[in-house]
Amino acid sequence: MSTYTNEQVAHLVEGSLDWETTFRMLSMPKDNDRFKQYVDALQKKVTFKDRIVLPLGPHMHIVQSATSKKWIVKCDCGHEFCDYRENWKMHASIYVRDTEEAMTEVYPKLMAPDTQWQVYREYYCPTCGTMHDVEAPTPWYPVIHDFEPDIESFYKDWVGLPVPEHAD
Amino acid sequence: MNMMSHKEIGVGNLLKSGLTLKQNRDAIIARTKETGYYDGLEKLELRDSDPIGYEKLFSKLRGGLVHARETAKKIAASPIVEQEGELCFTLYNAAGDCILTSTGIIIHVGTMGAAIKYMIENNWEANPTINPGDMFTTNDCAIGNVHPCDIATIVPIFWEGKLIGWVGGVTHVIDTGAVTPGSMSTGQTQRFGDGYMITCRKTGVNDEPLRDWLHESQRSVRTPKYWILDEKTRIAGCHMIRELVEEVIRADGLSAYEKFSQEVIEEGRRGLMSRVKAMTLPGKYRKVSFVDVPFKHDDVQVSNAFAKLDSIMHSPCEMTIKPDGKWRLDFEGASRWGWHTFNAHHVAFTSGIWVMMCQTLVPTQRINDGAYYATEFHLPKGTWCNPDDRRTGHAYAWHFLVSGWAALWRGLGQSYFSRGYLEEVNAGNANTSNWLQGGGINQEGEIHAVNSFEASACGTGACAIKDGLNHAAAIWNPEGDMGDIEIWEMAEPLLYLGRNVKTNSGGYGKYRGGCGFETLRMVWNAQDWTMFFMGNGYMNSDWGMMGGYPSATGYRFEAHKTGLEQRITVGDSLPLGGDIDPSNPDYERHIDATAVVKRDKQCVTTEDCYDNHDLYLNYLRGGPGFGDPIDREPEAIESDLNQKFLLPEYAQKVYGAVFSQDAKGVFKVDAAATQIRRAEMRKERLARAVPTREWMKEERERILNKHAAVQVQHMFATSFALSEKFTKEFKAFWSLPADWQLLEDELDVPTYGSKHRMDLSQMPDVTTVVQVEE
Repeated sequence: MSTYTNEQVAHLVEGSLDWETTFRMLSMPKDNDRFKQYVDALQKKVTFKDRIVLPLGPHMHIVQSATSKKWIVKCDCGHEFCDYRENWKMHASIYVRDTEEAMTEVYPKLMAPDTQWQVYREYYCPTCGTMHDVEAPTPWYPVIHDFEPDIESFYKDWVGLPVPEHAD
Repeated sequence: MNMMSHKEIGVGNLLKSGLTLKQNRDAIIARTKETGYYDGLEKLELRDSDPIGYEKLFSKLRGGLVHARETAKKIAASPIVEQEGELCFTLYNAAGDCILTSTGIIIHVGTMGAAIKYMIENNWEANPTINPGDMFTTNDCAIGNVHPCDIATIVPIFWEGKLIGWVGGVTHVIDTGAVTPGSMSTGQTQRFGDGYMITCRKTGVNDEPLRDWLHESQRSVRTPKYWILDEKTRIAGCHMIRELVEEVIRADGLSAYEKFSQEVIEEGRRGLMSRVKAMTLPGKYRKVSFVDVPFKHDDVQVSNAFAKLDSIMHSPCEMTIKPDGKWRLDFEGASRWGWHTFNAHHVAFTSGIWVMMCQTLVPTQRINDGAYYATEFHLPKGTWCNPDDRRTGHAYAWHFLVSGWAALWRGLGQSYFSRGYLEEVNAGNANTSNWLQGGGINQEGEIHAVNSFEASACGTGACAIKDGLNHAAAIWNPEGDMGDIEIWEMAEPLLYLGRNVKTNSGGYGKYRGGCGFETLRMVWNAQDWTMFFMGNGYMNSDWGMMGGYPSATGYRFEAHKTGLEQRITVGDSLPLGGDIDPSNPDYERHIDATAVVKRDKQCVTTEDCYDNHDLYLNYLRGGPGFGDPIDREPEAIESDLNQKFLLPEYAQKVYGAVFSQDAKGVFKVDAAATQIRRAEMRKERLARAVPTREWMKEERERILNKHAAVQVQHMFATSFALSEKFTKEFKAFWSLPADWQLLEDELDVPTYGSKHRMDLSQMPDVTTVVQVEE
């Protein structure tokens, strides 16, 4: 199994890792320590004191609140969406591209979906305006709760780390 | 006295154990179910007692399979096989479970196994009998084949009179004699138009193909030369592998080979579970994808009124990764099969999925049926991925499969991302289209069919650390290759007027999806000629990931009465290169003003006539993007602009790039000004957005009023009719009244097939093989 330095993992997060090391990461068996190094690298990037429990996206994490110890979904900017078991999209700001005019803002004519068939739902952080997700469903489709991680099993049984304290 | 005896027809004791093939298979299934280990193999005796010998066996057999594929494909003349590598060889044990497979279209790890199992379950050993030197041919989609153009030759392997396994070879043929030409045609709506269909038929004895088979099969398709050379390819590969197995047994003994052929499957089962644990993260992942089925359009000419409707394929997937490393793929809520050629047998799903997984979760040589045993599949009966009617068409099952699996990329991508394996994240795959197909009398004056496989090289999805690859791959063939122009021009009476990267086709994002490409083809030297389009147009099947956009959708461009013959003669300008900006089309400036042009989103059409000098744009799609586009590095945008991967208008609108262009046309992005512009864009986003719950109130009203296009309602109605669970969840999410319902009957569209259906299992003397939870 390969191992990588914290610096290399930090470069990976930044998208600036050299190709040789990236290729080794792709082709060799996975390094089980990666998760810890990864979270440590991300923790250094954020300005809040809450501990990152699980990264959800480039700017979104499940964190352990420094004050309440509750696990919450939080944006890099500090905006708190909701309890980690809830669907954060329900607490986001949404813009729906459901007209031809709105679609041609993002794709040339003929290269965007027909909004009688499909719409784009853009979910933004209500504080900083980061676009955390773009859904592309039909009209009427429920807002998808797309990820419910089993964090306890992951920490305890898969990566052998103590489960962060969790207040309900 | 004119009947053969049991001795002559070889009933029983093929295994020299007193068990029939079915009894043997039943016993393996029972031991697997009882113990949780394949064939009850809690201990891997051979592997543990002689690990080096075990690995040697593995390497010999696997190497031999790959070698057979590489050698045999040189026999083929079809560019699909010879250029694109659309073939694979697989070795099975006596029960039809896959031991090892070659490289190539390893979707067939299980499809030929399903055919072997069908022969076992339906007592082929009594009739038509199974003997050394036999060959069986199959392409029946009702028993597990993906689509009829994947023709499989299956050869039993005997050792001293004992059946010890099977080898299967499959090639993707260029034409199957369907209603319309090409291997994945669209004109038919049922199996009965899907082309020549063969159900595990004995087509060879003593290593020789039977003459009736040769005569019948070659005249049943439009391209007999390609057909027969494909068959020779399959036979040669199968026989090479059979000889290899004999050689292995001579060297290592039958006992070792037989132990290996069971243990390697259990090892594969454990291998997948450990891979899941090493790479992913336990939990539930819910993703969904869709495909437009626009059959109402006038350019879709089918023989059935009941097929003339617009609908949408719905493929919701709940992927559950369990703490023990097993996983479950649940497609509850999927929409019904339809009167088109995009339906898929459940084995196409359970087998085919490994061609995708070998590109991500299990990029190893150790793909076999062990992976199937480590996976729970829930594919509800009656859905597009498990039809309950024996009439269904399957010619382009990939259209739905590729799209259904796009959701799995995102689920796995989420798990890799959360775990920190960013290098593994892939936002998805392109909708691998367009499929240029057609036929008529070609440049050689012969009846011909074409099926361009340029779709083997679409854009790939973006990664979490880099852009997707441009015009590089297809989910269904890990060795994607667009093929050489010179070869395609020999195979098709279509000259190339352009082959370019498709601008703006990759989904935007911090890392963009790989761009697709486009080729402009001019009909040349054909006699009678037809072509049609096949791909996505009104919808995307892939989505972006974590703030990235889906790739661009498809569209079609065709032109008739172009005047190009005259323009070439007089040296006038010609339409050349890419259709760079369809908002401002340029091709039309280089053909006659009176030309008949079709430029629209109708990307499924049926066979239409083309004259020489008519034009056809083959646009191969891009991949989806990853991350918020306003996080994209200015240098990357600059590079995209300068390589014409991105139109300036969208560099501004989507990426917030501020740039200039010098006298030589070179773009330069101003990083500081871009940063300022992006801060404004964040404000603009929030200004136009509303809280999700506010928007939901309006959307709920639209649902209550049944305000949506009929195709959207049709999709929901078929899903509701098949799944009480999906209906309940939908109604609960939108807080709909208890009596709210949506039925197909109220939509004023044909409902043929919505109530009355007959499954293959209801036919007399047929035992179907079910390999999923239905």
